[in-house]
Amino acid sequence: MGPGLIQLDQGSGGRAMHELIDSLFISAFENPLISERNDAAVFENPGGRLAMTTDSYVIDPIIFPGGDIGSLAVHGTVNDLAMRGAKPLYLTAGFILEEGLFLSDLERVVASMAGAAREAGVQVVAGDTKVVPRGKADKLFINTAGIGIVPEGRHIAGANARPGDLVLINGTIGDHGMAVLCKREGLEFENEIQSDSAALNGLIELMLEAYPGIHVLRDPTRGGVATTLNEIAEQSGVGIRLFEEKLPVRADVSGACELLGLDPLYVANEGKVLVIVPAAGADAVVSAMKSHPLAKSCSIMGEVVSDDPGRVFLRTRIGGSRIVDMLRGEQLPRIC
Amino acid sequence: MKYLDEYRDPQLAGELIQRLRRRTFSKKQIRLMEICGTHTVAIFRSGLKELLPSQIRLISGPGCPVCVTANEDIDRAIWLSSQPGVIIATFGDLARVPGSSSSLHIERSKGADVRIVYATLDALKIARENPDRQVVFLGIGFETTAPTVAAAIQEAARLGVDNFSVFSAHKLLPPAMRALLEARDVNIDGFICPGHVSIVIGAQSYAEVVEKYRIPCVVTGFEPIDILQGVNSLIDQVESGRAEVENQYRRAVTWQGNVAAQKLIDEIFEPEDCTWRGMGVIPKSGLRFRKAWRKFDAAQRFAMPEIKVCEHPGCKCGEVLRGVLQPTECGLFRKVCSPQDPKGPCMVSSEGTCGAFYRYQK
Ligand code: SF4
Repeated sequence: MGPGLIQLDQGSGGRAMHELIDSLFISAFENPLISERNDAAVFENPGGRLAMTTDSYVIDPIIFPGGDIGSLAVHGTVNDLAMRGAKPLYLTAGFILEEGLFLSDLERVVASMAGAAREAGVQVVAGDTKVVPRGKADKLFINTAGIGIVPEGRHIAGANARPGDLVLINGTIGDHGMAVLCKREGLEFENEIQSDSAALNGLIELMLEAYPGIHVLRDPTRGGVATTLNEIAEQSGVGIRLFEEKLPVRADVSGACELLGLDPLYVANEGKVLVIVPAAGADAVVSAMKSHPLAKSCSIMGEVVSDDPGRVFLRTRIGGSRIVDMLRGEQLPRIC
Repeated sequence: MKYLDEYRDPQLAGELIQRLRRRTFSKKQIRLMEICGTHTVAIFRSGLKELLPSQIRLISGPGCPVCVTANEDIDRAIWLSSQPGVIIATFGDLARVPGSSSSLHIERSKGADVRIVYATLDALKIARENPDRQVVFLGIGFETTAPTVAAAIQEAARLGVDNFSVFSAHKLLPPAMRALLEARDVNIDGFICPGHVSIVIGAQSYAEVVEKYRIPCVVTGFEPIDILQGVNSLIDQVESGRAEVENQYRRAVTWQGNVAAQKLIDEIFEPEDCTWRGMGVIPKSGLRFRKAWRKFDAAQRFAMPEIKVCEHPGCKCGEVLRGVLQPTECGLFRKVCSPQDPKGPCMVSSEGTCGAFYRYQK
């Protein structure tokens, strides 16, 4: 095995590799806490309520149009914190590397992670690396955990949706899932579909400043908008009605979905937020959203109703109505 | 996508619905069968049924390839997956269909190598990447899938890929339409003929049904406007006592169909009698390998044992596929049978009628 590949354990070579990884991480993430090289990062208690979350990233391919597993691992965890109204502060990063991974791929992923963290205004303060034999992992898995503070007076949770509220989204549906799927399956369209992977904490601060009374924030990742709205409907004991003509879907995403027999409502997003807000606050939230680059094409796409609690419906373009169920099992392509 | 928006226009849809609502009907009920599972799903997804006048009843037919695959074929696929060194390549839906005692999905969790592919050529690619393994592609589908499978087989021959074979359980739709009409256990006043299949076989393929059984046939696209136009044409025919082949889906379907694709099928396969779930053996409704191509036939390559099938006793998929029963009339629907724990293929497949009822019907 030549240089430039991650190696399992080759005596001093293994140690050298680990040192390389160490220096790679520490110089990329550059902050006082990680540079101390201690067993744990110690920082002042910022006071108030803390939010904490963790997520693991196992995406294939690790590099996709619009991002890579590194930026995704930062965005995903930052967004999970932001969805509770928290201001994300610190992340940890755990890496599981497959023997034989290109060092250049790892460098790229770490650099993009560091860039994403900087942009989101968070610090990666602790990390860990393990290498497993070829075939025991697929290239590179990352786990990130995050901590943030929840400012006084913010009570955002999935159980807070109330009849009369409006359902908003900050942009088009299904971009991430289709970008990854098309890349993986080698499907080509005129323009490559780009993932929407992005950190939403800045946008969410702006929205909460404009209208602190937002009831629910959720990022519709795995299982897509349909699954996330079903969860909210269940948690809040309300019904949710969507308007088909208001669902923002890019033409290429809708075309690719059609080809594969998928429904964009079930396709994953990584830079989208579902916002449930009292009708009185909708205007303020929408104008805040429109002023932010990640929400230029936001849409009021549905409403919360009291009938049929726990269910999501879609009013179709032609005036019919149907259930929008939770995602069950994998979403599979059609075969005829 | 402007192109498709035309076929989703709410105003035009409203006009087509009004046209149906305003008319008087000579019968209490007119039963139109959408043969194709893609239509079934499109109808549910647009919420069309509740917008039609009560006299028009849309019933789902046998056009879901996974659903009509006979249990013994599922069992054979499962048996193949258990053979040493075999990789099964299949479209996704099929993996979760329960056979007599297992499914490919369950076999996979027990260690069988079952890979989900999106295109037949992907299966060939797997074969080339694993020269020491036998790769069997499960050829399940109608006239739409068959040409792509035929092309993959030709390609395998050209490249000399010896470890690739196809388990052919392909089915042909027009013979099934004939069988439905012969069986007479459901009244059908008109057929909404499949869009994708007709791209290959052409609108001409329904001429015989129209002539022999005097049943109107309209080849129809999958957007709401397509379906509403198709329904309007069928009702016009029924009410004026005509029976003709009409082609609403002219932007994709011709009278002759795709002759090159037809030739491709014909080069590799020939029609054979074939067992359909719920409909028994239908003459000349399947495709088997022609002699010259048999070395790519998985059924020849592997000595298949006799299969004794057993189906879930309560499952009414057969009746559902013939349009005799609605899923809600099956005692297991929602109670025992759901997409998480399907008892029959009609609940598994993304194009199955039971699944569509479960997912979309209020
Ligand atoms: S509901 Fe389930 S058991 Fe009943 S017919 Fe449909 S698939 Fe079969």
